[in-house]
Order: sequence, then structure tokens, then C-alpha cells
Amino acid sequence: MIAGSRLAASRRVSGIAGVVLTGFCSALAAGLLIVILGYVVVQGWSAINPAFVTQLPHPVGVSGGGVANGIVGTLIIVALATLMAVPVGVLTGLYLAIYGRGLPAECVRFLAEVLSGVPSIAIGLFAYTILVQPFRHFSGLSAAFAFAVLMLPLMIRTSEEAIRGVPTAIREGALALGLPDYGGVIHVVLPAARPLIVTGLLLAIARVTGETAPLLFTAFGSQFWEVNPGNPMAALAMQIFTYAISPYDDWHRQAWGGALLLILAVLVLNIGARWALRGRTKRS
Amino acid sequence: MIQRAIDGRVTSAATAVKVRVSHLDVYYGSNHAVRDASLDIEENQVTALIGPSGCGKSTFIRAINRLHDLTPSARVSGKVELDDVDIYSRGVDPIVMRRRVGMVFQRPNPFPMSIYDNVAYGPRVNGERDASRIAGLVEDSLRHAALWDEVKDRLSESGVALSGGQQQRLCIARVLSLRPEVILMDEPASALDPIATVKIEELIAELRERYTVVIVTHSMAQAGRVSDRTAFFLNGSIVEAGPTNQIFTRPKDRRTEDYITGRFG
Repeated sequence: MIAGSRLAASRRVSGIAGVVLTGFCSALAAGLLIVILGYVVVQGWSAINPAFVTQLPHPVGVSGGGVANGIVGTLIIVALATLMAVPVGVLTGLYLAIYGRGLPAECVRFLAEVLSGVPSIAIGLFAYTILVQPFRHFSGLSAAFAFAVLMLPLMIRTSEEAIRGVPTAIREGALALGLPDYGGVIHVVLPAARPLIVTGLLLAIARVTGETAPLLFTAFGSQFWEVNPGNPMAALAMQIFTYAISPYDDWHRQAWGGALLLILAVLVLNIGARWALRGRTKRS
Repeated sequence: MIQRAIDGRVTSAATAVKVRVSHLDVYYGSNHAVRDASLDIEENQVTALIGPSGCGKSTFIRAINRLHDLTPSARVSGKVELDDVDIYSRGVDPIVMRRRVGMVFQRPNPFPMSIYDNVAYGPRVNGERDASRIAGLVEDSLRHAALWDEVKDRLSESGVALSGGQQQRLCIARVLSLRPEVILMDEPASALDPIATVKIEELIAELRERYTVVIVTHSMAQAGRVSDRTAFFLNGSIVEAGPTNQIFTRPKDRRTEDYITGRFG
């Protein structure tokens, strides 16, 4: 601690430089995000009105209309995907966290990791091959299946971590009360892990809601009200894609409006995920 | 299902053996954690298990509840008789047996549910459906665990939100709700502050009237305060067991004396 020594001075300079550099990069990253969000809001805001969220798309050349069928389609597809991914994901996570050991568990874990890296378009292609081709028509169900496959690795990982995080003492406590082991796991361990599992689910939903590639050859899109997942369905992300590459100004405007809706939905999901974890940091 | 013994043993209630452990060995893989341990645990008495860390006392107490069943690497041999029935014998359902032998753990482990549900849970999963009976059991158990006055106005709040000492008493109430015959306690106060510890110790003294209590403790002072009988563990074996005041004042074994007088441990 000799004031004025050259070593100390150079250290101080590099310390300051480090803070400045990291601060600059953080500001850049945050700034970029704000610019993107701001741009979408500015562009999309004018498109959003009651008609936009309640009406069907108008035919080409007729101005106005909305994306109501896309919103409903996305909701149905994501809901079906959740129904498929949650039981499989949570039970796999449970297996890995409690019962699985040795090679089988390692294999499952490895495969889930690989699955999380598979491009979504490849998964869409897979869904196309097994659920579209054999039935000879596109369907919301095949899109839901593709989404479920995309959600699965996330669900498995978050469930395993959540269940692993529940103290063994809690499981033993249930056992000591005269519960069969599976009873303790179902009634005590799973509820204890639920907030984290719900968080993982919301993030998984947020992850797939904006996915477009797998929809192209599964849900395919539709100009009509379609609530039967056995048929081709509209989805918001795909409507944005179609509108954005069209030559019409009105559709461009609506594409921005759709993008804004998607971003808002993802934002709500992320806030929901944080809300599910409220108060947890205080514990333990 | 174990039948409760109904022979004439009641006449000598003060010295009736509730749990008789004979030649118990417990292994974790190749680690021989409990070695040929035999101990008679008497009814309506508090039996303290003392000894240095890692001497096998927790392993021993968990064997009385067959909690080792969950640990794949654990192997148990020897006999643990509850009212003269070996709980490790074929035909004994560990789930039914555990309802008679409750357990309180080192760290309070309330379930992530309301205070009320924590206590109501045991009776419910064991088939009690009558809501008023459950309510009665909950109040009774919480009163007996000396927690009722502190929580009666907030039974619907989360059990996890209570203080550590309250959580531990909640866990004791949870055990009491099943009206067990034996209560095992594995260092129940080691994670608690001194005031909460005093409350737990007072509670143990009261529990003796209705239950047979076995308590693992690393504190000899605590063993002296709460127990009627004491067993001293060392390296997985029971060195000496007997009435607490005798163990503390006239130990027969040199190693017990060394431990009691603080020469090691």
C-alpha cells in the first residue's frame, strides 16, 4: 500500500478500465434490447386495436382485419404441447432425480441434452414425417407435437433440478409417517418442487411461443377460424412471417403488431416465472 | 401387521422392554457403521444415545424405523423387536410399522404446506376421513407439542414460514398426530438456538408419560437433563448402557468415563 507506486497506479488504471469495459458491454447489450423492443413497440403499436385481436385476416387487398385466429391457434397449439410435455418431462425428471442411477440415467440425461440442441426446424421435419405425411394433411396437433419435443429437454432438466433440490429429510419425514415411498414423492416432494417446475414450464412455453420454423410444415397456417387441432391451424408467429414477406404495407404493419403481441406474451410469461419463485430466495 | 403384545408385562410397566435390539449390524457399502449393537429400550422412558460424531448412533436409531430401506447401499442384519416382533422379519410391513414408530429429524423438515395440513397429513394418508376427528387430532397434537398457543390463529399459514424451533415442534406434532408408541429423535435440537432447545427438552420430558422416546444427542448435558437411560456409542459399538445417573457418575467402562469427563469427543 505505497501511495504513488507505479505498480499500484497501473493496477488502479486496469481496474478502472475493467469496470468501464464491462459496463460498456452491459450497456450495449441492454441498449440493443431496448432498441429492439422500442422499435417493435413503435412499429406495432399503431396496428393494435380491438379489431386486430378479434377479427379474422381480411383477403389480400382489403385493408383491416386481424390475427384473432392466429392468437387462438397459438394458444391451442401451446396448450396441447404443454399437455404432452409436462407429464413426460416431469416424470422423467423425477426418475432422474430419485430413482435413476448408473448408465440408464446417464443415457437419458445425455439424450435430453442432445435433444435441446437439435434445431427446431429438424424437429418440425420429424413431426411432419410422422404426423403430417401419414395423414396427408397439416394439423395443429403435429405442430403441438413439435413444440412438445422442443419443450421436453427444458422440462426434464428443470424438473430434475427442482426435485433434486428438495431435501431428502422431507422425503424421509413422509416415510417416517407411514407413507409408502411413492406417496411421499407424490404428496410431499413434488409439491415442494412445484414452484421451480412451474417456472421451468413458463420459460419453456415462452421459448416455443415464438418458434416459427417447425410450424411451416406442421400447422401450415389458415385464413379461417380453426379450433380443431386435427386441421391446419393459424399461429401468430407464422402470420408474422407471412405478412412480413408480403408486398402490402397494411400487412407489414400487422406483422409488427403481431410481433408486439408475441413479445408481450413472452414478457408476461417471464414475469409469471419470476412470480412463481417469489419468496423462495428468503428460504434456506 | 404387528400385534401389540398383550401379555402380563404391564404389571412391571416401569421396566417393560418396548424395543429390543439384538446383535444389530449396519453396513453402508463396505463401511461397517454399527457393530453388533444390542440394547433394550424401556417403555415410557427416555433413552439417550450419546457418543462422538460418526460413532453410529444416528445409523442405529434409523434402523429402529427401517429408514435404511431407502438407501440402496445400506445393509442391516440382526434383530430389532418391537413388542417382541422383529420389524425386519418377513410379513412385517414397514409402512404399518413406521406408524407406530415416529421419527423427528435433526433438521426440522416441515412439509411445504400449511401448519394445519402438516399435522393433518399423517392421519389423512392413514385413512382418517372425518374432518372433525382430524381437527381434534391436529389441535391435540399441536397442544401436546407446546405449539398450539403460538399458531392457533394462523393454522393456514405455511409451516415453512415458522421459526426453526417452531418448525421442530411442528414436526413433533406431526409425529404425535399418528399416536405412535415409540418416538425416535435424531439430534432434534442441534439446529436450534438455546431457548428453542429448552422448549424441546421440556417437551421431551412430558412425552415420556405417554411414549417411549429414544433421542440421539451430541450434548452430554442434554442427555443428562432429559434422559432416564443412556447408551454410550463408540466406533459403531455400544460400550455401555444403563440408567443415566449411573452412566454419568459411576461408568463401568474406562472409555465411557473418558468421554463423560471430556477427555475426548
